[in-house]
This record gives sequence, C-alpha cells and structure tokens, in this order.
Amino acid sequence: MLKDKDKIFSNLYGIKEREIDSVISRGHWDNTAKFIKKGSSWIIDEVKKSGLRGRGGAGFPTGLKWSFMPKPNPDKPSYLVVNADESEPGTCKDREILRHEPHTLIEGCLIAGFSMGAHVAYIYVRGEYVRERESLQIAIDEAYSKGFLGKNAAKSGWKFDIYVHHGAGAYICGEETALLESLEGKKGMPRMKPPFPAMAGLYGCPTTVNNVESIAVVPTILRRGASWFSKFGRANNTGTKLFCLSGHVEKPCVVEEEMSIPLKELIEKYAGGVIGGWKNLKAIIPGGSSVPLLPAKLCNDALMDFDWLRENQSGLGTGAVIVMNSDTDIVKAIWRLSKFYNHESCGQCTPCREGTGWMMRLMNRLVTGDANLKEVENLLEITKQVEGHTICALGDAAAWPIQGLFRHFRHEIEDRIKNRITKNIAAE
Amino acid sequence: MENNLRKIIIDDQEVGVNPAMTILQACEHINKEIPRFCYHERLSIAGNCRMCLVEVVGGPPKPMASCALQVKDLRPGPNGEPPVIKTNSKMVKKAREGVMEFLLINHPLDCPICDQGGECDLQDQAIAFGVDFSRYTEPKRAVLDVDLGPLVETHMTRCISCTRCVRFVTEVAGIPEMGQIGRGENSEITSYLGKTLKSELQGNIIDLCPVGALTSKPYAFTARPWELTKTNCIDIMDALGSNIRIDSKGKKIMRILPRNHDGINEEWLSDKSRFIWDGLNKQRLDAPYVRNEEGKLKVSSWSEAFDVILKKINKSSKILALAGDLVSVETLFSTKELIRNLGGRTECRIFNACIPPNDRALYAGTAPITAINDSEIIFIIGSNPRVESPVLNARIRSSWLKGAEVNLIGENSDLTYGYNHLGTNLIELDKIIKNNGKFYKNRKVLIILGQGIFCRTDGYEALEVVKKFKETLSAELISLHVAASRVGAMDLNFVSDSDYKSTVDWSDVILNIGMDEYEIPDDKFVIYQGSHGDRGANRADVILPSCAFSEESGIFMNTEGRPQLSLKACEKIGNARENWAIIRALSEKLDCTLEYNNLDELRKKLFSEYPIFASLDKVKSNSWVKSTKFTKNCLKVDLKNIWSDHYLTNPIARSSNIMATLSKNNKEIYNKKVKS
Amino acid sequence: MILRRIDKKQPSEFKFSKNNLSWAKKQIAKYPQDRQQSAVIPLLYRAQEQEGWVSKPAIEEIAKMLKMAPIRVYEVASFYFMFHLSPVGEKAHIQVCGTTPCMLRGSEKLVEICKKRISKKQKELSSDGKLSWEEVECIGACSNSPVVQVGSDYYEDLSEESFVNLLDKLIDGNPEPGSRKKRFSSEPEGFFKSSKFKIEEKTNASVKLFLEKPFSTDRKK
Repeated sequence: MLKDKDKIFSNLYGIKEREIDSVISRGHWDNTAKFIKKGSSWIIDEVKKSGLRGRGGAGFPTGLKWSFMPKPNPDKPSYLVVNADESEPGTCKDREILRHEPHTLIEGCLIAGFSMGAHVAYIYVRGEYVRERESLQIAIDEAYSKGFLGKNAAKSGWKFDIYVHHGAGAYICGEETALLESLEGKKGMPRMKPPFPAMAGLYGCPTTVNNVESIAVVPTILRRGASWFSKFGRANNTGTKLFCLSGHVEKPCVVEEEMSIPLKELIEKYAGGVIGGWKNLKAIIPGGSSVPLLPAKLCNDALMDFDWLRENQSGLGTGAVIVMNSDTDIVKAIWRLSKFYNHESCGQCTPCREGTGWMMRLMNRLVTGDANLKEVENLLEITKQVEGHTICALGDAAAWPIQGLFRHFRHEIEDRIKNRITKNIAAE
Repeated sequence: MENNLRKIIIDDQEVGVNPAMTILQACEHINKEIPRFCYHERLSIAGNCRMCLVEVVGGPPKPMASCALQVKDLRPGPNGEPPVIKTNSKMVKKAREGVMEFLLINHPLDCPICDQGGECDLQDQAIAFGVDFSRYTEPKRAVLDVDLGPLVETHMTRCISCTRCVRFVTEVAGIPEMGQIGRGENSEITSYLGKTLKSELQGNIIDLCPVGALTSKPYAFTARPWELTKTNCIDIMDALGSNIRIDSKGKKIMRILPRNHDGINEEWLSDKSRFIWDGLNKQRLDAPYVRNEEGKLKVSSWSEAFDVILKKINKSSKILALAGDLVSVETLFSTKELIRNLGGRTECRIFNACIPPNDRALYAGTAPITAINDSEIIFIIGSNPRVESPVLNARIRSSWLKGAEVNLIGENSDLTYGYNHLGTNLIELDKIIKNNGKFYKNRKVLIILGQGIFCRTDGYEALEVVKKFKETLSAELISLHVAASRVGAMDLNFVSDSDYKSTVDWSDVILNIGMDEYEIPDDKFVIYQGSHGDRGANRADVILPSCAFSEESGIFMNTEGRPQLSLKACEKIGNARENWAIIRALSEKLDCTLEYNNLDELRKKLFSEYPIFASLDKVKSNSWVKSTKFTKNCLKVDLKNIWSDHYLTNPIARSSNIMATLSKNNKEIYNKKVKS
Repeated sequence: MILRRIDKKQPSEFKFSKNNLSWAKKQIAKYPQDRQQSAVIPLLYRAQEQEGWVSKPAIEEIAKMLKMAPIRVYEVASFYFMFHLSPVGEKAHIQVCGTTPCMLRGSEKLVEICKKRISKKQKELSSDGKLSWEEVECIGACSNSPVVQVGSDYYEDLSEESFVNLLDKLIDGNPEPGSRKKRFSSEPEGFFKSSKFKIEEKTNASVKLFLEKPFSTDRKK
C-alpha cells in the first residue's frame, strides 16, 4: 500500500488548506527555477527515466512525446495544451487535481511548457466542471500574484502564461485533435493524422497535448528524482497513479496508489470491497468505459497496469475501475455504454456515425432478448466493421466494450434469446 | 524533377510519384480506381467517408484513408524497400464493404424516384464495392428537408454527410452559409436557420453531391440521364467561355452542366449559366416580323421581311451593323462581309466602349486566366468580378486563400474575399507609377482590367494610365469582358473608324445583330436579327428570327482570347434560321451574295482570313504596344462597374423566370457596400 | 437522441450585460491575434448563463463579436450538448447522469422521479415552468455516483430520498451542492473518521465556491 509520504497528491480530497501559502508550505513551487535552469533536455531525460506513461488512456511515454516537439520558431510558437476534458465514463481523477491540487498542475505546466519551448499553455477543462475550472483559475491567479507565472515565471527567466479554456459537453473533445479543433472555436471533430500535433497542432503550430495527471506528477518526479518514481510499479509500468473506483463497491472513491497494484487489493483496501463480497463479483471494467471488461475469474489476479491488462485483452485506460456485481444485468450495463458512444459520436466519419447507432439498437434488443442468434453474430461483425476504420479512436472505443462482453458473456446473451423464444413458445 | 520522385508499390506495380501526392492521387496516376465520396480534388480534404481505405503493408494493422495520406508519410521497408500499398487485398475489400453497408443502412433505397438515379456515385459504388444484401433491420433515419432557394432541391434523408457542399460554399464560393449542425448520427447538413443560399455558384453543389440529397430544382423529375442527348457547348452568359454540356431531350433543353476545363472554369459553372435554359424556351422570336403602317409588329414570311429590307436599302444607304453580346464569330464574320459589300460600317464597341483595335495585348490581355492561380498581387480595376464572372471570381478567391494580395480600384463591393480598396479612381495607380512601383518589385503582379475602364468617355486616356501602370510593375494583364462576342468581334476588326455616337449618327439603317442593351435613336431603320423578343426586337422595324447559341454551332473567343467551338445542341424554333444563313440569304437578296453555302465553307474562309480562330482552345500570346502619355484629367474620374444586376444581363437571362427570381432575391447583395 | 433544434419562439434581441461584455473581451484576449474564434464556446456559455439558453439573437451577436459566420456559431451551439437551444426550467434544469457508473448505483430511479415530478419527456418544462430535466452522459463524478448537475454545481451520492428532497429545495431556493452522504469529496465514505486526519477546510473546493458565489454570472431573473 502506498505510504502517505509517497503520495504526490497529498491534498487530493482537499481537506488541507488550499490557498497558495499553505500549498507552498507543503513543498510545491519550491525552487522551480532550479529545474528550469538545468535545461529542457535534462527535464525530458528525467521524465523519460521515470518511466512516466501518459495518464489519459493511451499510455504513451510522456518524455518521449515531449521530445517530438521541434525547435522553437518565432513564426510558429509551440503550445502546451492540457487535456482536462475528463469524460471517459468511470473517470473522475482530474477533477480532484483541478479543484484540490491545482498547483501541481500549474507548476507542471511551467516545467513541461519550458521543456518543449512553449510560452503558453491552454488548459482545456470539460464544460461540466464549472467549479473545478473556477478553482483552477483562482490558483492560476494566485500563481501570477506570486510571480510563478508571467514574464519571469518563478524567477526562471522563462516567460510563461496559462489560460483556462473550457468545452461544453462533448466527450469527443478528449481526443487530442478534436480538443484542438474545439480550442480553435470549432466543432470537436477529430483531425486526420498525420500531421501529428507536434508538427501542426493548435493554430497549425507545434503542440503537445497531455493529460492533467501526466503534467501534475512532473514537479514531484523532478523533486524526488526519476528513480523514486520508477521504483513504484512493475518495469514499463512505473509510478503512482490515481484510480477511480465506482459501481458496485461499498465505498466508491478516488485514490492514489502504486501502479501494478492488484485489482483485488485496490478494491478491498480502499473501496470496502465489492457489494456482497468478492465472490459476488461479476465483472470489472478496469480502465474506463472504452476498455473491454474483465470477468470475475480474471479479476482475482489482475494487476492494475498497462501491460497486464493489455495482455488480458483489456487496458488500463484512465485507471477508472467500474465494478459490477452479480446483481448487474451485464448486457444492459454494456448497452448503456453503447448508448453513450452513440450519443458522443461526432458524426464526422461514416463507420462511427452509422455504426454506433446500429450497435446501440442491436444491443438494446439483446437487453430485452428481442433478437435472434444470427443478429448476435452480426453485432460482433459490425463492431469489427467499425473498429480500425474511423478517423479517431472513438470507433474502437465503441466496439471494444461489446467485443469484451461477447468474449466473456456470450452465453448469457444467447441464453436470454433462447429463453425468450422458449417462453414465447410456451405462452402460445 | 525525376530525382524528387518517390518509389512506391501499388498492387505489385512499382511507380515513381511526387511525394506530396496523396495515395489516392498516386493510385489514379496508374489508373487504379479508388472509390470515394467525400474526396474532391478541388476541395479541402475531409477524410470522412472512409470509402477510400487502402492497406499500407507494414503500417498500422488497419486500413488508411488514401485521400488524406501523403506518399511522403509512408515509411520504407526495413531494408529501404519502397512502401507497399494494396488496394485490392482482403482487408481493403472488407473495409469497403463495411463502409458501404454503413452508408446504406440509413440511406433510403428510393432510387426509382430519385433524380440522381443513373448518375449516382452511391449507386455505382454500391454495385462495384458493396454486397448484395442488407443486415439492417432497424428503422431508418429520416431527416427534414431544407429550403435552399429556387435552385437546389433537397432530400436530406439521402445525405451521407460527405460535407462536399459545405466545403464548396465555404471554400470556393466564399460564402459560409451551409454547415453541419448537431452531431453523431443525427447531424444534419443545412443552411443557417432557414436562410436560402445566396451564392452565384450554388448550382455546383448539385454536381458535387454524390447522392440525391441535393438535386436541381428546375430539372426535378423531368428526365433520366440516359434519355438525354449530351452536346458540348460554350457558355455565353459572360465572356469567360465556360465549357458546358447541354443535355436535351428531343427539341427541348433539359439542363446545362459544366464540363471540366482547367484553364477556364475548372469544373464550376455560375448559376446564371447553368439555369438559363428556361429562358431559351421563352420569349422566342419564331417568325419574321415587319412593322406595319400603324407602327405594330406583324408576323410575316421570310420573303416579305426581306422585301421590306430590300425596299429600304439602296446604293446610297448608310448601313451600320451592330454586334450584340451573344453573337458567334461566324455570324459577325459573315455580317462584316455583307456590310463591306454594301459599303457600310460595323461596330461591336457598343455605347462608347473604348477599345483600341489592333491592341490585342490590351483587349485580350497578356496572360491566360490561369495566371490568376500563381499571382502574388492582383489589381482589379473597374470591375466586380463576382457579378461579371463568378467563376473567375472563385479563381481569384482561391488565389487569395493561398496568400495573394488583392487590390481593388473602383466600386467597393463584397467580392467574397478580402482586398485593399485603393479608391474609386486612378489616382492611386498614378501614385504607384510615380514611385516606380517600389512596393511591388519582383512580385508576380496581375492586373484584371474591367469594363469600368473601357466603358467611359475618356476610356482611351484611362487605358494609357493602366498601360503605364502595367509597364511600371512588369505586370501581366487580363481584360475582363462581359460580352461573349466582344473579343472575337475585336479580332474580326468589327469596328468603325470613328466613335460609337458619330457612327450611329452617320447611319440611316442599322442591322442590329442581337444588340439589346442600349437604345437606338428613333430616326433609324432598324433590322433586328436575334433569338428573343427583348428590347432590340421591340425597337425593330423588321425582325429576322435567328437561332439561339444552343441551336447552332459557333466559335466564341473568350475574354483571354481563347477561341472555342460550341456545338449545336438542339433544333431551331419555329421559322427561325441560323444566324449565318440569314446573313447569307440577305446577301443574296441584296445582290451581293456571299460565296459560302454552308458553315464549313464559311469557316474555311474565316480561318484563311483570320487564322487565329482556327487554333481552337489555344491562347495566343500578344505583343505589347507601349503606352503613350496621358493627361491628369482622367485620374479623378470614378470608375463605374458595367453590371449591377448579375442575373438580368442579356435577352436570354431576361426571358428566364429563374433569373427573374434570383434577381429579386439577391437585390440587396449587390447593393451592399463593404468596409475595406 | 434526436437532433436538438433551436426553439421556434425567439427573443428579438440579445445583449451581454455590462459585466459579461467586459468579461467576454478578456476571454477573447486569451487567444492570439485573429484567433478570436477560439472564444466561441466560453461566450456562448456565458450567454446561456445570462439568459438560461442560447437563442438565435445570441448566436448572431456572438458571431458578430468574433467575426464568424452565424452558421459556424450555430454549428458549435448545436454540437456541444451543454448548450440549451430552448428555454429550460426557470428555477433549475436537472441534468441526471445516466451512464453506466451512475446507472449501476441507481440513476434510473432518479430518472423515474424526474419523469414523475417534472415532466414525462426530457427537456420539457414542468407544468409550472419551474423545472426541467434531461439525462446526460457521464459528467465525471463517478466515485460520487449517482450524481446530478444543476447549473454550475454537482449534487452527489444521491438516493431516491435525497433526490426528492433536492428537487423540493431547488424550487424553494438554492440548496448546497456536494455529497448527500456527508463525504468531504471523493474519499472512501467514513475515511476521515480516523483521528490522524486534520480537516482544515470547511468544505471541498466546489462547495466552497458555491457558498461564495452561488451564481457565477449576471443571471436574468
């Protein structure tokens, strides 16, 4: 179990005083200039050495991502864009950082921004997080008044400004290029890649888009050293991580823990266990709605990291653990996700625009049992027809939960159809 | 250049292509057909239909959109082998079938009642790349139709959201009035909250729409494409010479469509050119008329009409032939020969148009229209190209989008792009001449010279200013005429020695060949030869009914001096005759018979005397005649555009109900002044 | 889900209040020159906070302010689902999160209550015009589910009883947001009972902001 002293987000729940002097007294903003003076390649190296992988879902190595940024060019300024459009169902970790630990993020922005030659960062907060956005803005204002941001940010000699931007209710804006479109004042429709944002991102300029948590952990990594961070978790899956526990657990919560923590331990130690006990577990979605579920039997030994979950045909995603016990209508639970993706499809490309609706409607009939066995097969094929054929990953994300359901609970779907048929016959 | 080519392998065929090409273009380059809906080579890349997916061997384990992927983004193999693309693998086939199925699940299968039937991309590609069954059993989506105005009919349930129309009106037409609202499966293509379209180029979205969502309202449910006879013609609604195809069924023109010509209209067509055809069936002169003693025009026979003319014309007649805007080269050539035999005069520079004959570099310009594409600085002088030639205007806009600076001298108006307004008179030009064009050194400068300069009383003076200006900047010049006949007439030297007014005053008989735009003094005997009962016919003493441009073959020299041949699309109306044949018959009556008995013989003579007309589709380079001194007086005179209403500029347009509606609907656009 | 269409009944004009106008100008200044379009979402949202919904005149006014074509602003307003294109409940518009994490913890029951108490159909005003509701997708407070959003605030850890209670209070006044299970924020329930934690702040940051400034803008009454 992660010791309190090793928690990066020591005020995650906001019980400690949150105004800036208290924040400083807890060690944040302590000689930030020192890191900047060491230069950008030192920072990027440290982040690489720490093994930090993006916390927004894809798990791309953060240091490597920063190193893709081209040399600064006055005609095309570089931008850091922070993805605070936390919308993956099950995920509510960035919310806590934004409202209770905003200075970790702000300090991280300065360091990360400097390392990629950016003088401006935009933090794109999802529209629904109004109070969280306000909290963040207050913290930014405090940072300006202390001289941590502005012309000579934290006396580092680096000019750095942070602006808060917000969305207005579109899951797709969590996709980095859709987020950039949205930040440019358009509909959040993903762009095609290449070009990648590091070449042509915000306003056509070099841009790196990072998740809130990825940026917020950086000051502590530099302060305590890459090796401190990398000692947590298994190789290639290092560090500490915020996990969001929701669904059928006794005490849902957000918690910072070591990577690679056993799923069972995470649930039992923090969330008070599965409602009705571990034996009552049916399935878990371990990384937010986009990743395929794990049936109970796989949950016993599951480790919460990128590699274990990928090897078991799921994913760590955002670290959002959605627990479902045996009371759950699992088909319905996944249907609700299909409805979500149908609702959130941007409508730009054909397979997603047309496929999400079709999948949702078929899933709906599987919930009621009002389908035939041929359609079960069709649905699986349709998910494959969507997967990999779209501009962005929303198509994949819509397909995978259904594929996961079929992989582990196909019998339940088929039983339901057969039951309904036999009942109907019996009734006639 | 060769060295810059990148080798790739497409379906086992090795090919060297420009690395900036997309995979789709590379495939087209070797005649591999890649299906697509959203991709259009003249619009920005959307990549949304996902029909053009191909397999990149060794790339990601999923197919890639070939319309958006550039050759330079492909990685070579581990040992530097050229990248391999597959367009016919199992992966690709499956992907296409999948996309096709998705496109069709919510598309109504109403092909039998859809105007797009027979020329529908969705239909064709479904047959070529789809499967022959559907697994979709859910209810289909229905979408409310949108009222886009009198030209474009909508059936939005058929829309596949390719966004070509949105991109066209935003990018090419430059009037962002369409968009895709909502999101996901319920997103809809629409105009802004019940507004109809205002663009003069909106008809093009009908061609662009790959399905039957946007169809032609005037053509709706009147014909099937396979019933139509298709004839290649040249548009004469303006002087651009857009290449068109007239589709007719029997005697009737059913519709007009653009043909691609990279040098002229690309594949666009203005609405005036596209929807004019109802005007070709209305107000037609289908018999000769003679004005009787009571002053009323009465139907007559050809011989009666000729007899009246014969009575009126004698050895001492001072006969003047005037060239209208829509007349073919052949008509003018034969007219000129007739008039020469009769000792009369000819004039095409109607109403004080000052165009120096023999200065072809001035009236036909020094550069082709395509020079607009790569100009860095464009000066528009005395013209509103949006009104006078919308398609050419779109080309200027596209150049502006690529970074060209546009400067306008003349009336301030909304041109669909940004420009610097350098005043309404020539004072700014004079300043630039005086400072020796120091801000424009080593830049590609293009002057687009409009009728605002030609058509003024001191035009010859003003032209010298422009010429001097051109010389100072080493600029290229395009003269933008509005009359389709004008450059051809100038090339035929269809002019008189003195100015328009004194020539008209001199005459006592006027042979008016389709000139409807200006009044003719009362004391003249007027023979009107034309196709429509418009202003000219009203004023005539004798009317000789002739074919409209669609009913006879003819050469037209466009504004850049490019001769093009328009073919005969349909039969003449009533008792009307081909224009050249009327002149030929008249010559016989007047005892000075022209020596050709058919159009071929006429053309043979024409080509031998004016070889320039024989080099069809070629733009000849013209040698520059140096400018002479000008006086300051002309600098302060305001330039006035020749047209204020785009839609009602000639007899055919004035006969068209559709043009009348458009004119009414769009009154405010052309009167709107913009801040520069 | 059906396409959200803009209300048939439209006000004749829209104007930002003085405060909001100066706020809007500051927003535009956040973005580089000629990139003022970036401010479209914040401005639309501020217009909605002021008027309760986004009207056609508001779209056109913002288009003018940002030098955008009205259709581009309308596209944005219709794409982002937090924008209401027709009027909502005068006292409150209740957005019930219905996505799986909330559904697993009882959001369907909250929806049933809305149907009974407010209106059968989403986005229809209650008979007295005071309330309206809709089911929204995950609003990112899954460890405090089920949760509803009203205006700027989240009401968390709801039960049927506490939700019914909340509806009553929303009609009468302005109930305090946050957990209905007395959780501080997203900690495990009862976590801070242990004496080793010293709770220095009275409320979590979201609730605190509500208490300081229940409405974030000049809201029209």
